[in-house]
Amino acid sequence: MEFFHKVTRFPFMNTRKIWYGLSAVLIVGSLLTVGVRGLNLGIDFTGGVDVETNFPQAPNIEQLRSALQSAAVPGAQVKAFGSSRDILVRLPPDPNAKGEQIGARILEVFRGVDPGVKLLSTEVVGPQVGQELFVKGGEALFATLVLIAMYVLIRFTSKLAYGAILAVLHDPICVLGFFAVSQMTFDLTAVSAILAVIGYSLNDTVIVFDRVRERARTARKLTIAQIIDESINQTLSRTIMTKLVTLLVVVALLIFGGETLHGFSAALVIGIIAGTYSSIYISAALALDFGLRGDDMMERKVVKPEEVDGLP
Amino acid sequence: MISYARWKIALVALVVLFGLLLALPNLFGEESALQFARDRAPVVEADRTVIEQVLKEKGVVPSGAFLDQGRLTLRFASTQEQLKARDVVAEARPNQFTIALSQASRVPEWMRNLGLNPLKLGLDLRGGVNLVYQVDVEGAVKQQLDHHEQDFRASLRNARVPYQDVLVDYPQRRVQVLFRDADSFEKGKAAILADNRNLILTDLTVGGAPAVQMLMTPQEIKDRETYAVQQNIVILRNRLNSPELAVSEPQVSRQGVDRIEIQLPGLQNSAEVKKILGKVATLEFRMVDETDNPLEAASTGRVPLGAKLYYTRDKQPVLLKREVVVTGDELTDASFQPNTQDGPAVSVGLDSRGANKMLKNTQENLGHLMAVVFIDRSRERNAAGVDVDRTTEEVINRATIRGVFANNFQITGVNPIEGRELALLLRAGGLAAPLTPIEERAIGPTLGKENIAKGVDAMVFGMLAAFVFMAIYYKVFGLIADLVLLANVVLLTALLSMVGVALTLPGIAAVVLTVGMAVDANILIYERIREELRNGVSPRAAISAGFERAFSAIFDSNITALIAGMVLWGFGAGAVRGFAVVLVLGIATSMFTSLMGSRAVVQLVYGGRRKLDGLAI
Repeated sequence: MEFFHKVTRFPFMNTRKIWYGLSAVLIVGSLLTVGVRGLNLGIDFTGGVDVETNFPQAPNIEQLRSALQSAAVPGAQVKAFGSSRDILVRLPPDPNAKGEQIGARILEVFRGVDPGVKLLSTEVVGPQVGQELFVKGGEALFATLVLIAMYVLIRFTSKLAYGAILAVLHDPICVLGFFAVSQMTFDLTAVSAILAVIGYSLNDTVIVFDRVRERARTARKLTIAQIIDESINQTLSRTIMTKLVTLLVVVALLIFGGETLHGFSAALVIGIIAGTYSSIYISAALALDFGLRGDDMMERKVVKPEEVDGLP
Repeated sequence: MISYARWKIALVALVVLFGLLLALPNLFGEESALQFARDRAPVVEADRTVIEQVLKEKGVVPSGAFLDQGRLTLRFASTQEQLKARDVVAEARPNQFTIALSQASRVPEWMRNLGLNPLKLGLDLRGGVNLVYQVDVEGAVKQQLDHHEQDFRASLRNARVPYQDVLVDYPQRRVQVLFRDADSFEKGKAAILADNRNLILTDLTVGGAPAVQMLMTPQEIKDRETYAVQQNIVILRNRLNSPELAVSEPQVSRQGVDRIEIQLPGLQNSAEVKKILGKVATLEFRMVDETDNPLEAASTGRVPLGAKLYYTRDKQPVLLKREVVVTGDELTDASFQPNTQDGPAVSVGLDSRGANKMLKNTQENLGHLMAVVFIDRSRERNAAGVDVDRTTEEVINRATIRGVFANNFQITGVNPIEGRELALLLRAGGLAAPLTPIEERAIGPTLGKENIAKGVDAMVFGMLAAFVFMAIYYKVFGLIADLVLLANVVLLTALLSMVGVALTLPGIAAVVLTVGMAVDANILIYERIREELRNGVSPRAAISAGFERAFSAIFDSNITALIAGMVLWGFGAGAVRGFAVVLVLGIATSMFTSLMGSRAVVQLVYGGRRKLDGLAI
């Protein structure tokens, strides 16, 4: 079986303004949504108390709320997670919160509603830890971007590298936008998913660039735009096939992995789609606009002037 | 013939075989077990013989046993057997061991002896409690300065040198001794140096009077902080190993500069453990000020010079001398004696320094009263985010010194419950610095099992989807890729089992993700082969070209993923780390299996054929 029996001939370079426009809309939209709606930060980042409980039958959430209120558990958010029988109670950060006491307390209140309720887990994160993790997460993100940029700069000519780096920046922004729009809980696992996406989404960019480099050395007669177009088209089948299989696997994770991995797998799905898009439409196009030329990709020490000019 | 060196095929076969062997222990499953530990001393082979003998007499036969890191684990065929065995040992050898209920793998002993162990499961998969404590390193530095202050005062007093004052400056991290004149300055400095040989004192004048100053260097401060964290780790380990808290496989580790992470697998209720862990309890021995009236001092609030006002447990005021005879740091042992002639007592052992001081003190103060002060410090952050120290200091016992003693004596006047707890806390040692709990995660066993089931489901379905897709899309080559992917999972499992990293739910996600990424490498190679074939290259040349030319793309793209994985690894925090470790190892194994493994299999399938007309790709 083969989806791409013939090499496609999409004019990626000529249409690049359209894709830039689309990316600009995505990026601005994402940043705006993050700015306006904000992220629904998980307990990892805000600090606080999360208590997960499981009911034999789906409880009435309103009833649970009022039960907690009358039992003087202040500021409790009650919501279902995963299934309607799993109830999450979130309390604001309290420096002297004692996990086992709060868990027992809430369980006791809920027993009044349904005696069959079970305590699944309790999490207490101090507010300072949350803040710290937030900063550390940002640092990790930054460090990854810098290191990857350095690697790409070493491996490829600078114009290609800039294109790759800008295209890679695009992906985590889209993921953040998705979290802001969906208001899915953004926690540490989501951050690790974003980092994985950054590392992974560069894969196809690298593959395209590899091909551009290879073609630039052999196909001297073509313009650089033509070379890029050809390279993207030639590698299109593998770019899409690899991402498709990975998406298959990640979607399985999204469906079967349960609530804990929900944010993580969603971030991966969005990140992989965004990454594939940016590697095909954006990275090489940017390199072209940065003034990439065929000479940029010649192996410098091998190329002597007479060899370039003298041969028929 | 397609050329691919024989030795490479042999290497691949060898690695996969080795991987299978390492991954093998994971197939045995778990059963109920008991864990025997002892505080302060490891459980040894002799104990094992004793315990097995005791069990044999009662007709309980464990299905397996092994010693690891000073703990003895006995496995039992059923939970009933397990519980029965616990009761038998507890009855026959009371108070000798900490006995904790746990689960242990059925891996045979010979495998274990070869170092073959099953994967460790993280707390999110097996249930348990995870605690993170902040160590107050600042407090530890202050404590050190306080020690110096007291030492200096003691040296000067013993040498009978007059001095104005001993000042502690915490922010500047220095202690200054102010003298009245040049003569006492010389003598005093000599006296301090005689007692503290390693100190460096600088001379200076403060307000016209001669003085000496001890300044902690940045290195000393750092050492002190490290010491405080490490000492706390040791102490927490000791406390967790005590028979009073029956926890299995507690793990205590340093996290970052000033944090300690404690993992207590299988534990459900952390209340009791936390109560014991957070205690900064220590003891001080001080002489009672018998000349002044404590009631008067308590009512007027005027405490006589050289004394300090304390209260007993029943709120009686007591005046004690300011100088500490011996502190809890100098304790080497403590045990509870339920029946002495003076009632329940805690018998205490001192180190040589403490013993010397105690000897001198008892010689000088025969017939006088000595008090034991119990100090319990805890640190909490209030609503405004400011640390508040809560110190409870109580006189738990006052007794007349009836004889001269040094390194061994008894504290009486405790009730049995207190005595037991006091002995435990003293034996385990006082914390070198106060701890604040900052994070706590408790995962119930149901959730753990659910997480495993979900993780396994996601893995199975994800892999199945990838396998089917590859087989349909790339035919024989797809099947080869599937085989290679399986080998990848085996190798990854083997590596994880060998390294001993705990597998978490994000870790399982990383396994799934690396499967996806490992497929990538195969696709890159196969697409390249297809492309070569389309360009009219012969099948054999296409295979060679496919593997060779795809190499740089695979290598480059994996490096960037590896960079992200490494950064995540360095990031450190629990769930993320579990993900990162698996991701990094998975990228490594997937590169090996896709580049070398799949090449070897292709060689085995197609390499032997004389004539190769086409490829099933």
